[in-house]
Amino acid sequence: MTIMLQKPPSAAWNPESVREIAERLKPLDGPLLPILHAINDQFGFVDERALPILADVLNLTRAEVQGVVSFYHDFRRSPAGRHVVKICRAEACQAMGAERLIGELEKSFGVKLGETSADGRVTLEAVYCLGNCALSPAALIDGKLHGRLDAARAQAQVGK
Amino acid sequence: MTQLIYVPDDAAALSVGADEVAQAISAEISRRGLDAKLIRTGSRGLLWLEPLVEFATPNGRIGYGPVSADRAAALFDDPGHPKSLGLVEEIPWLKSQQRLTFARCGITDPLSLKEYESHGGLKGLRNALKMPCTDIVEQIVDSGLRGRGGAGFPTGIKWRTVAATQAAQKYIVCNADEGDSGTFADRMLMEGDPFLLIEGMIIAGIAVGATKGFVYIRSEYPHAFAKMTRAIEVAQAGGLLGRSVLGSAHRFDLELRLGAGAYICGEETSLLESLEGRRGQVRPKPPLPAIEGLFGKPTVINNVLSLAAVPVIMAEGAAFYRDFGMGRSRGTMPVQLAGNVRRGGLIERAFGLSLREIVEEYGGGTASGRPVRAVQVGGPLGSYWPPRLFDTPFDYETFAEKSGMIGHGGVVVFDDTVEMAKQARFALEFCAIESCGKCTPCRIGSTRGAETLDKIIQGEQVSENMLLIRDLCEVLRDGSLCALGGLTPMPVLSAMDHFPEDFAAVK
Repeated sequence: MTIMLQKPPSAAWNPESVREIAERLKPLDGPLLPILHAINDQFGFVDERALPILADVLNLTRAEVQGVVSFYHDFRRSPAGRHVVKICRAEACQAMGAERLIGELEKSFGVKLGETSADGRVTLEAVYCLGNCALSPAALIDGKLHGRLDAARAQAQVGK
Repeated sequence: MTQLIYVPDDAAALSVGADEVAQAISAEISRRGLDAKLIRTGSRGLLWLEPLVEFATPNGRIGYGPVSADRAAALFDDPGHPKSLGLVEEIPWLKSQQRLTFARCGITDPLSLKEYESHGGLKGLRNALKMPCTDIVEQIVDSGLRGRGGAGFPTGIKWRTVAATQAAQKYIVCNADEGDSGTFADRMLMEGDPFLLIEGMIIAGIAVGATKGFVYIRSEYPHAFAKMTRAIEVAQAGGLLGRSVLGSAHRFDLELRLGAGAYICGEETSLLESLEGRRGQVRPKPPLPAIEGLFGKPTVINNVLSLAAVPVIMAEGAAFYRDFGMGRSRGTMPVQLAGNVRRGGLIERAFGLSLREIVEEYGGGTASGRPVRAVQVGGPLGSYWPPRLFDTPFDYETFAEKSGMIGHGGVVVFDDTVEMAKQARFALEFCAIESCGKCTPCRIGSTRGAETLDKIIQGEQVSENMLLIRDLCEVLRDGSLCALGGLTPMPVLSAMDHFPEDFAAVK
C-alpha cells in the first residue's frame, strides 16, 4: 500500500472521504499514522471534525486520536499558506547562518516562525534537520529541498 | 558505443540543482543527436562537488563538479573543462576511503536489481540461505558489529535474544528516523542503494525467524521514502521479497511507515509506539524490544547502517569485517562531515581515524575560511569539542572516556563566530521542543534550563546560575528514561567545560 507524499491538498472538507480513507487504510498494522498522513495530504490539515470519525472507525476514544494528532508536528490543525517554507534550524545549518536567514525571511514574509502570513501566501516553519547538512543552510520549500539557501532564492521560490 | 552519463538524484544533489543539470544534459543529447544515455544514481558523498556529473570512459568515470545547468552543455565539448575532476575513483578524498557499506552508492542505478547483483549484491543473502539460522546470528556476533544508531550495542547479541525467544510472529524494524543534525548517511543509503538495506533486513528476518519487517522513515526525507517505496516494489517483483525469498522456504514481507515530525521517534521504544499508531512516548525497559517489541512481539530494531552492514558481513565473512577498526569498535563507520566545512560529505573509514583527519584533511577547514572553533560529534546530544581534542580517534570507547560520543557519526563544524552559550541554550530548547513528556526532568527541566541559560547569557548571577545548570544536568542525566533527557547534558556541559570564556562574559 503506497502512501502519497507532497501532493497539493486537493479536497474541501467532506466526512465521507475521511471515512473512506480510514476504512481503506484500517487493515494496515498500526493504521492511525498512515490515515492521519493521508487526511493531512488530502485536505491540507486534519480537521477537528475528522477525529470522531477516526475514533469510530478504529474503535478508539476520541481522546486517543486527539492525543496522537497533537503529538506530531506534521499534522496541521488549520490550513497552511499557499507556499510552505520549512527551514532547518538544527546545528549544522546554524553553523552556516540559519538563524540570520530565518530572521531575514521572517522580515520579508512578515511572519514569525510557525506562522502563516495574513494574505495566506506563505507559512514559515522550523524543521530540525533535513539531512542536507553538508550543503547548509537547507529548507524544504513546497516539498522541494534547497541547499546553500539564501534569502533571495527563498523569496524567489515563494514569489512564483 | 553508447556514451553513459551519470547524474545523481540524491536529495542533496537535487537541492543544488541536479535535476536542472540532468534536464540540460538530456536536451543537449537530443540536440546533438548523440548516442548517449543518462543514468540517475545516488550520490558518491562528495557533497561539495554536487551536482557531480560523470562520463563513462574506457579508463573509468571522469567527473565534473559542481556543474550548473547553464554550463552542462559545455561538458560535451571540452575534456579539459574547468570543472573536470579527472577519474572520480582517483580523487584522494574518495580513494582513501574504505567503502564497505557505501560500495555501490553513487555508482549504480539504485532501482536496478540487476546492477545491484552485478556489483556484488545478494551474495550475502545467498550465503545466509545456505546456513542454519543460528550460524547467521553467530556470524553477526563474531563480526563485532555494533548498533550504528548511536548506542553501539552489539547487533548480534540483540539478534540472539530475538532468535531465542519463542513467538508465532516476530518483526524486523529498521529505524530510519535519522533525526540528528549533521547526519545523512541513512538517507543517502536509502536513496542510493536501497536494496542493500532490504537485503540486510531479509537476512535479519531469516536469522531470527521473523517474516515481516517495517522501515520507519522520517517525513523530512520524502525522497528516501519515495525511493524505498519503488525499491520494495522492484524487490517484490524480483522474488526477493514475498512468500519465497529467492525461491527458498523463507517468507519476508516489508512495509514502509512514515514518521510525522518527532525527533523522539528515533528512540527505539518511542518508534515502536509510533509504529503502533500511538503518541511517540518512550516505554520503560524492561521489557526489551527483543522480547516484547512491536505489537508485543519479539522485535529486532536496528538502525539503517547496522542492517546495511549485514550483507557485507555475510558475503565476505565475519573476520573480513572484524579486521577493520580498533579496540571494540569493529568494521567501518560512515562518518558524515557537515556544517561550516569546505569539503563536507560522507567518509566511510575503519574506526580509528582521528577527528583531525576528518575535519582538517577531509574537510579542509571551514567553508567561511575562518578558524575552526568547535565541532559537535554525534548529533544534537553529542559533545562540543575544541580543536585540542581533535587527535581523538573515532572509536566508541575513546570518545566516551573524554565525555563524548560518536553517536550516528555526524560531525558538525563551527567557525570562531560560534557563541557556545547560545549552543548550550539551543540544546536545552531542542530538548524542550522534542521531549515526549514522559519524564519530568526532560519535560520541564529543559525549559527551565533554557531560561537559566538566558540569564547567564545576559550576565545575571552567572556563577550561581552555572551551578544550577550543572545540578539540572545531573537530574536530567539520572532521571530520564531515554537518551533525549539523559544526554542533553552532553552538549550543555561540554560547552561549559571546554569553552568557559563564553559563559563568563558580562554584557
